[in-house]
Amino acid sequence: MTFLLFAEQMLNGLQFGIMLFLMAAGLTLVFGVMGLINLAHGSLYMIGAFAAAAVAGATGSFVLALIASLAAAAAAGALIELTVIRRLYKRDHLDQVLATFALILILSEGTRWVFGSFPLYLDVPGYLSGPVTLPGGIQYPLYRLAIIVAGLVVAVGLFALIARTRIGIQIRAGEADREMIAALGIDISRLYTLIFALGAALAGLAGALVGAIQSVQVGMGESVLILAFVVIVIGGIGSIKGALVGALLVGMTDTMGGVLLPRFFALFLDPTAATAVGASLGSMLIYIMMAVVLIMRPSGLYGSA
Amino acid sequence: MTRESYINAGLTFLLVLAPFWAWSMGQAYILTLCTKVAILALAGVGLNIALGLGGLVSFGHAAFFGIGGYAMGILASHAQTFDPIMDWPILIEGTKSMPMIWLVAMITSALAALLIGALSLRTSGVYFIMITLAFGQMLYYFTIGWPAYGGEDGLSIYVRNIFPGLNTLVPVQFLILSYVILGFALLFSARLSRAPFGLALTAARQNADRVETVGIAPFRLRLVAFVISGAITGLAGALFADLNRFISPTMFSWHTSGEIMIFVILGGVGRLYGPVAGAALFILLEHLLGGVSDYWKIFLGVLLLAVVLFARGGLIGTLAGREVGHG
Repeated sequence: MTFLLFAEQMLNGLQFGIMLFLMAAGLTLVFGVMGLINLAHGSLYMIGAFAAAAVAGATGSFVLALIASLAAAAAAGALIELTVIRRLYKRDHLDQVLATFALILILSEGTRWVFGSFPLYLDVPGYLSGPVTLPGGIQYPLYRLAIIVAGLVVAVGLFALIARTRIGIQIRAGEADREMIAALGIDISRLYTLIFALGAALAGLAGALVGAIQSVQVGMGESVLILAFVVIVIGGIGSIKGALVGALLVGMTDTMGGVLLPRFFALFLDPTAATAVGASLGSMLIYIMMAVVLIMRPSGLYGSA
Repeated sequence: MTRESYINAGLTFLLVLAPFWAWSMGQAYILTLCTKVAILALAGVGLNIALGLGGLVSFGHAAFFGIGGYAMGILASHAQTFDPIMDWPILIEGTKSMPMIWLVAMITSALAALLIGALSLRTSGVYFIMITLAFGQMLYYFTIGWPAYGGEDGLSIYVRNIFPGLNTLVPVQFLILSYVILGFALLFSARLSRAPFGLALTAARQNADRVETVGIAPFRLRLVAFVISGAITGLAGALFADLNRFISPTMFSWHTSGEIMIFVILGGVGRLYGPVAGAALFILLEHLLGGVSDYWKIFLGVLLLAVVLFARGGLIGTLAGREVGHG
């Protein structure tokens, strides 16, 4: 395996990891502050992608499409928080899993009803298409590089928001002691809606950014959702830092495992068997990693409980 | 008799009556629907032992359902082609005999549950939900990438397996077989919940510290419950595969885990007949709403949401009230 191919796959892993972080950040914030498992987070990813595809189709502008994805996902997030989610904070996890599973059914089928079963396509804008040459002679698609940068900017912004702003202080205080910050006169239910909408917007943005690489279709959020759960469980639920580390670990492991394992098995198996074994083990790898992490550290890498 | 036992008796009556009604109306497909209800209810009965009695929210019971299905698929496909599964160190041949398949399905899913449970039960709460989900997904991707038995496309078994003395291809006979198995599972589940083991398990759910204080290790109770639960769901998987004469990785998907959980919750967690009521309602809705709209899952979602938000305790909990005290 050449260095160039290896470097390219590393970048793919990084890009995948960054997108997973955008998904996982909202999920882990919502769990950390409100103690809620939200299976419907993948539907918000899907809503973002559909909103972007619809707006890009109507206006032709990719920037407007991204804004639409943020706005639509945040609005959908706020709406479901106000109508359903806020009734679930005091319930046990079983009720939360079920109610948000029900939300998936409603949102997926609703989207299918509005947009039909055929996938939509979101095109990479002209100024971001084509490859760029990186130092070391690596040819890499400009768009993927752009989403790595965009994701990193959002990640830095999110860390700054949580570490430096008033809202961030309230979020951290909410994680530590809900009753106390309510007693200090902060409107806790507004804070919850805000956090939920923020997480939803990040998921929607991820959906739109990935939607330009893959097709935009109903159910696209589900595989990502499961991966995002793997991420936050590995990182420790509630920890943003854990989500970042977990996302990069999962992104890298999944991408590199898929590339390297078939080659590894090809050393001592015949090519077709090596591809089959390698590919199936490659897609199991992150789940194996998650199981190992949980067995070693039952509350994740950066978990507190 | 409590109100719940009247409801259970009523449900049994309805389930037994439905095929007769279907037969008199000449609507043979209802028999298949009833068989499906019985088999899915059986999967729910399995989950209910972990979830209802043990309080173990497993989001990975599709693993056992799938293992049961694949046990059937592997044994029957080898019998179909007269090609032994392995000939070294001992000769193992495929089989079309249902009792043999059921035994293998239950043993393999029990072993899987032992392994998954031993690892997963080290965690609790949301981590337990997620690690069971991860094990389910692991097997899902494994079967997708495993070409020997159809990979992603799944595998068809052309002729239903054989049960001594019956012609299982006749819908009524397979229906009766499924009913009888469900009946035994319900009987077993009822006995289990009243046996010392079940009482200790319930106590461990309510207060693990107290159980530990009197000298019973909650971990072992939960592990045994998880294994029993997995074995029953595995048996349901084998029957479900036989009903469809088809296996595919979908049996392992997290949607399957979610649906088995829905049966239990719709009917009522920890209620003996909860899974039966839940599976019956689910199939009925699928059948009725599926005829009205292609998007019937929206209605299912709304109903499920309503049950979770407003009708806690599920169908049986709402009808029977809280008099039995399954906390």
